[in-house]
Amino acid sequence: MRNLLDKEGTKKVLASLISIIVGLCVGAIVVIIVGLTKDSIPLGGMWDGVRLIFAGIFSTGRDAQGVLTWGYNAQALGNMLFRAMPLIMTGLSVAVANKTGLFNIGAPGQYLMGTMVSLMVALAIPSSVVPAGIIWILAFLSGCLAGAVWGAIPGVLKAFLNINEVLACIMTNWLAANVVTWVFDVTNFKNVVENTKSGYIYKTTYNGVQTPKLLLDKLFPGSQVNGGILIAILVAVAMYILINKTTLGYELKACGSNRHAARYAGINDKRNIVLSMAIAGALSAGGAALYWLSGNTEFYWSTYQSLPAAGFNGIPVALLAVNNPIAVVFTGIFMAMLDIVGVQLTGYTAYNEYITDVIISVIVYLSAFSLLIRTMLNSKKGTKTNANAEPAPAPAPAAEQTEIKEGGEEA
Amino acid sequence: MQSDYIIEMLNIRKEFPGIVANDDITLQLRRGEIHALLGENGAGKSTLMSVLFGLYQPERGVIKKNGEVVRIQNPNDATALNIGMVHQHFKLVDVFTVLDNIILGAEDTRLGFLQKKEARKKVQALSEKYKLSVDLDAKVEDISVGMQQRTEILKMLYRDNEILIFDEPTAVLTPQEIDELMEIMRGFAREGKSILFITHKLNEIMAVADRVTVLRKGKYVGTVETKNTTKQELSAMMVGRPVQLQVEKGESTPGDVILDVKGLTVPSKLHKNNAVKDVTFQVHAGEIVCIAGIDGNGQTELVYGLTGLEKASAGTVTVCGKDISRASIHKRSEAGISHIPEDRHKHGLVLDDTLENNLVLQSFREPRFQSGGFIRKSAVREYAEKIIGQYDVRCGQGPVTVARSMSGGNQQKAIIGREIDRGNPLLIAVQPTRGLDVGAIEYIHSQLVAQRDAGKAVLLVSLELDEVMNLSDRILVMYEGEIVGELDPRKTTVQELGLYMAGAKRGGKGEAQA
Repeated sequence: MRNLLDKEGTKKVLASLISIIVGLCVGAIVVIIVGLTKDSIPLGGMWDGVRLIFAGIFSTGRDAQGVLTWGYNAQALGNMLFRAMPLIMTGLSVAVANKTGLFNIGAPGQYLMGTMVSLMVALAIPSSVVPAGIIWILAFLSGCLAGAVWGAIPGVLKAFLNINEVLACIMTNWLAANVVTWVFDVTNFKNVVENTKSGYIYKTTYNGVQTPKLLLDKLFPGSQVNGGILIAILVAVAMYILINKTTLGYELKACGSNRHAARYAGINDKRNIVLSMAIAGALSAGGAALYWLSGNTEFYWSTYQSLPAAGFNGIPVALLAVNNPIAVVFTGIFMAMLDIVGVQLTGYTAYNEYITDVIISVIVYLSAFSLLIRTMLNSKKGTKTNANAEPAPAPAPAAEQTEIKEGGEEA
Repeated sequence: MQSDYIIEMLNIRKEFPGIVANDDITLQLRRGEIHALLGENGAGKSTLMSVLFGLYQPERGVIKKNGEVVRIQNPNDATALNIGMVHQHFKLVDVFTVLDNIILGAEDTRLGFLQKKEARKKVQALSEKYKLSVDLDAKVEDISVGMQQRTEILKMLYRDNEILIFDEPTAVLTPQEIDELMEIMRGFAREGKSILFITHKLNEIMAVADRVTVLRKGKYVGTVETKNTTKQELSAMMVGRPVQLQVEKGESTPGDVILDVKGLTVPSKLHKNNAVKDVTFQVHAGEIVCIAGIDGNGQTELVYGLTGLEKASAGTVTVCGKDISRASIHKRSEAGISHIPEDRHKHGLVLDDTLENNLVLQSFREPRFQSGGFIRKSAVREYAEKIIGQYDVRCGQGPVTVARSMSGGNQQKAIIGREIDRGNPLLIAVQPTRGLDVGAIEYIHSQLVAQRDAGKAVLLVSLELDEVMNLSDRILVMYEGEIVGELDPRKTTVQELGLYMAGAKRGGKGEAQA
């Protein structure tokens, strides 16, 4: 019977791998079609594009003759891990909520609240008084707390008033965008930040606060990577243990699969729904905190804050990982790799990074389909379907398309 | 010369992926007879009827009407052949009047306008002829279940159907209404109409049917004349082995009061009135008290009020001397309530989780299954294996079987094992045998009696009269949210019980139960 369990697991991995490969192939086909219809792109350029899509992370640029060179690219790998950091966190956020039967599309809002609170704490406490390390921890934790509170709002609405969490999440997303815009506008934080560039930039290194590198800069010289990725991986392991090994995880899952049965058994379903959303919020916000406290990112304050792509991208990350916290680490890194591939495409070919959006959306569609197929297979065997077999992820790609690019925040 | 048989289904085979639902089944319906189709759940009765109705196409076999082969490709073909059916769950439009429902789909029109006058005359004539009293202008949502069924029957008659199929028609009726229905069916047969009567109740077959065809696990077992057979024989044909129809139980020896309910009132989710009105009763250790009543008279809400799934608006509930009127579900469970829920899919199980996780649904917080917030997987596994063995739960992959993949009977055995094993002094069992086959019912009944004999208080809610009469030591009848009578099963009859259930025996408050 162990074998059968493994088989179910293999099936899931296989489904995700197929989605990934098909997605990459579709990306390659788009590259070829674009190449064929554009006179400016020669056959060789098309070939370069295709190769970059599949192996861009190992591209080391072009040599003197203009030929693509390949090899170990420490900078690209390091940057990939750096970009994976917030994606893993928001992916975990979506995955954990999903285990409790909730679709957390509120990750962008939670991410924004985490951004705001962690930046303000990191900048408000002078590092001359408190050691920078302590400030970092305080900023990180308070960011998480803000996300937890923000995430709990749709949870409370769902638990006590039975308001659909997707609607509530979307609304709290835009509330967060406006709250963050307004708070940065009315507070005098602009005064404590270096004001040399146009627009206000919140850079925590101004106050000496940044994530320790933990020797990762030696491993990936020239890249932005730091200890944050290790924290993200640790959090993923912690979430795996929480979900699979603890009584709390058991309660959350029971509420997720059958709220009525959980209630019948004396499990406090309302508390668990709120708790699950709070944990999800804390994870998203934690991702924001890791990103903005890293020391090599700057936050541009604009008169109107858009919703961060990192929040929405947590959805495909979780979907591709079939909500398994450990798998989220890998899918998060994979999504970050696509990001790097996009940069490579822009840098080394006539193509731009939007090809990777095509790939991501194909993958999301396919993983949603594989979910559907598995659900159909399962329901055929069962006597009665519960009918709550996660149709929710369907709208994800649309959100993806419209909100994906927010522009480079990196220094 | 016309054929003896009005409808013949010969050697029908219908397969679904992975299962043969009908394997070489033959059913021959004579003109003017009442023919019962008997079988457990999953025996293939519904599939066979769906084939007759054109909802499924058989892989093999032919259907003949009056000796001629016919092809029935959709329900319209079946209607054209004058085949009509009263479904177990009525197919009526709630907000239409009875008359509108009867003519729906067979309306007379002139220049596009409905001609209801003639329809009304025809329906009235039919209704008088067969003594099917209905109020033609009442809306379906306002009339009793019995009248809804009569509306369905009139629908078939209005279409001049000769072959009438009744799918489990007695499930929702009181004993008196059942008797009336039997009389109506006999009247049809005398008229020369042919009736197919799908049921699993042996008493009714013996009372009304001429012949019985028995199916078991998709296979044809045989067709017998009712006058040449017995209930014992029929049940053995249906199950495949001799079955204990009568529950073996000795005298009860009631002990201390375990459950004490005073003035309990529970509001309804469906309407403004209270679903449970000022109910007071006690259950003692070592007795089975049965709440009888027609479905929807407040039994469900009463149990919700006792177990905490619904908040009571007034009254007190005391278990083992402890007032739990305001306690949480968890606290009530700890106070000593085990609960076999009415809906095992909604409340009883997390269907997509494994059997072992389902078996510790309430007890996972106990120190034997967790330490420091971490679940002790091996302890859970061991416990699951114990329950599986002890209660004979058949599951393909042992403790890690997904609950959804198990049969209804085994799902129920798992729930019963879980609830009994918690060792609580009070066991509330709500329709514990609903939808189960005879073998599983036999087992569950013996378990409930064993619990009683072990000194537990058992509160049984049942809609099945046989179950009520056989199993209980005391019967409380619920009607419109009130307990209208307390009966001793040894001194009462099914008929008397029926009068209470219909609300006729107390104050004549009942709505028109013609």
